[in-house]
Order: sequence, then C-alpha cells, then structure tokens
Amino acid sequence: MNPNPIERLTNGIIKENPTFVLMLGMCPTLAVTTSATNGAGMGLTTTAVLMFSNMIISLLRKFIPDRVRIPGYIVIIASLVTVVQFVLQAYLPSLNDALGLYIPLIVVNCIILGRAESFASKNGPINSFFDGVGMGLGFTIALTILGGFRELIGAGTIFGAQIMPSAYEPISIFILAPGAFFVLSCLVAIQNKVKNRKPKDASVQAPSCDHDCSTCGNGACGGKFFDMTVDDKKDNK
Amino acid sequence: MSDLLLIIIGSALVNNVVLSQFLGLCPFLGVSKKVETAGGMGAAVIFVITIASFVASLIYKFILNPLGLSYLQTIVFILVIAALVQFVEMFLKKSMPALYESLGVYLPLITTNCAVLGVALNNVQDGYNILQSVINGFGTAVGFTIAIVILAGIRENMEFNDIPESFQGMPIVLVSAGLMAIAFFGFSGVI
Repeated sequence: MNPNPIERLTNGIIKENPTFVLMLGMCPTLAVTTSATNGAGMGLTTTAVLMFSNMIISLLRKFIPDRVRIPGYIVIIASLVTVVQFVLQAYLPSLNDALGLYIPLIVVNCIILGRAESFASKNGPINSFFDGVGMGLGFTIALTILGGFRELIGAGTIFGAQIMPSAYEPISIFILAPGAFFVLSCLVAIQNKVKNRKPKDASVQAPSCDHDCSTCGNGACGGKFFDMTVDDKKDNK
Repeated sequence: MSDLLLIIIGSALVNNVVLSQFLGLCPFLGVSKKVETAGGMGAAVIFVITIASFVASLIYKFILNPLGLSYLQTIVFILVIAALVQFVEMFLKKSMPALYESLGVYLPLITTNCAVLGVALNNVQDGYNILQSVINGFGTAVGFTIAIVILAGIRENMEFNDIPESFQGMPIVLVSAGLMAIAFFGFSGVI
C-alpha cells in the first residue's frame, strides 16, 4: 500500500467514514447534534485536533518507545485539545458554551486515538496529516447531516434559518436525547440497505481481521472490534 | 444529607449518564450482548468512577486550584485516570484475586470510557466538594450499570425476534436505546 494525500482524503470522507462505516466516536456524535451549527462546530473542532495530532504523532513515531506509546499519544492529544479549547473560548464563545463539556471530551474520542494507533504511528507526516483532515471532514459531514436532520424535524430550521412552513408543528423529541438514537438508527439502517444491494466491499469489512486489533495489521477496522474482543478473550481463559 | 440523596438520584436516574448525556456509549453498545458481561462491566465502572472522582477532585482542590493551573485539568485528569486504572488493576491482582478475575478484561477497557473523564470534569464544573464528587461519581456509575444491564436484557430477548433486514444489528439496538431514553424521561419529574 502506497497511500497518497488525495487518496487519504477521500478514504476518510467516504470509504472509511468514521461515523457511518466505522461507528467510532459515538458520544459526541449523539450528544452535540441538536442543531446543524453545533454538529458542524464539533466536527471542525475535532478535525483541527485530529490533523495536528496525526501529524505530531507521525513525526514523533520513531522517538516514542513502543511500550509507553498510548500514554504519550494521550498527552499530545490532550495538549492539543486544551489549545483548541482556549481558541474557542477567545474567538467563538457561543460555540464554546453550546458544546460545553464535550470539548474536553474530544480527548477520549476513539477516532483520534484510533487513527493515531492505526495510521499515524505507521506512516509519514504528510500522509498522516491528510488522513486526519479526511477523517475529520468525514466526521464533520456526518455530524452536520445528523444535526441538520434533527434540527429540521425538531425545530423546523437548518443552521438557524426557518425552512419548514410556519404551520409545521416541530416534533421536539428529535432534539432531545431519544431523537438522537432514532435518527442515527435510521441512518445506519439506510446504509445497511445500500450496502446489502452492492457486493460486499472486502477492504471495509476486513474479513481477515480476527477481532484482535493488537495483532491485526489491517487498519481498516480502526479498532472498532476492540470492545467485542471481550467475549472471545473470556472464553479463552 | 438530603442534598446528597438528591445528587445520587439526579445522577443515576434523572440525568442518566448514557441515556441523556451520551457518555460511555462505546461500552454501552459494545459490551451489552449478555446480561452477565454487562453486569461485569457495570461493576468495574462503579469501582473505577467512584475512586477516580475522589482522586480527581482531591488533585483539583489541593494542587491545581491553589497553583492557578486549572486549565491543565483535562491533561491531568486523563493521566490520573489512566494511571489509576493501571494501579487498581495491579492492586486487585495482588490483594483481591477473586474480584480481579471476575472483572477481568473490563478494567483496562475503562480508560477509554468517556464517562470517567466526563464525571471528573463535571464535578469541577458544578463546584462539588470532595464528598459530593464521590457521591456524584457513584450515582453516575450506578446509572450506567442500570442502563447497560437493561439494554443487555433487551438484546438477549431480541435475539430470536423477526427484525427487518436493514435494521438487524446496530440499528435495532439504537432504537431500543432510544425507547429506554424516553422511559428515563419519566424520572425528570422526580426532582
């Protein structure tokens, strides 16, 4: 595999879209998508962190000893998140208030650590940077779609502009917690439907992956089987 | 005393950590296939969150706040949590091997659970003192356990149901979680 920057960009947006395909980073996905603006803001904030963390980790990949790499990555990511939080507080205080607790929580967003571990630690800084941009934009697009949909049904607006006719009675449950689950489940169901019609894409499904990400060289799953290894390991004991 | 009771009910039921704040969704969706494993995860989470919120508020009160370093809270808390999980694991292995065996692989997974960091940051934001932080952490973790065990029960019963093809797997789990979130809305009248 000889990745180039353009290929990394489209890969993150379409083929390995972190939200719809890899199902990573679910906490911010559901929590902040009450409106399209919040979704886009969260997506772009994550993109900023992701592209710099990928680049820095890739530059340092030869210097960080293998045994302490995860704590090392976490420190780098947490520092970047703190910087981004300061920038938001200074220039976009309204977005900072709307996202609140979820900005520091970008640290534990599985997308960022997942990309650091599965891509940036094995590839050069330029490719890693563009991988971060692509993944971040894929995440942003997914959050904006989700936020726009919920805002349209739940409040009749998109990006704050009135779309629905004034006779439309907003279904406010869609901007409350349960609506997030319903909208995401419908989007995943639609995606399943589309995927079932096409022949299965082998590289995304990663059939060679034996659900053990520590030995799996295939980064396609992005560590999404991490939690599912629990049952297997218990049986082996 | 009554305000502590309010905190515990508020964090466990009214503002349920998974169903209304969306923290800790990864284990919630990933480790909820069987009631037994969900219970194990819940127990490990209660254990770690309670200790983590104690240690984090201790550090905030006596180190970060007096030195004016509160902007470092994110970095410090995540490192404390990661170290704490490791430490708890070693301690349990040495002194309580039975409990260690039963928690098993769930302990290391907890570092990636954003509920732990979320609770620690929330405690600081809401200005809780140390006792209130511990109670809030415990309540939050109990809420997580309640939610994940219920979801696991639903998923076990769903196994043999006839689900539309597109909704099999994750979508139907998300629908169940959404219905549970509606049910938990009922608690908002309690306080």
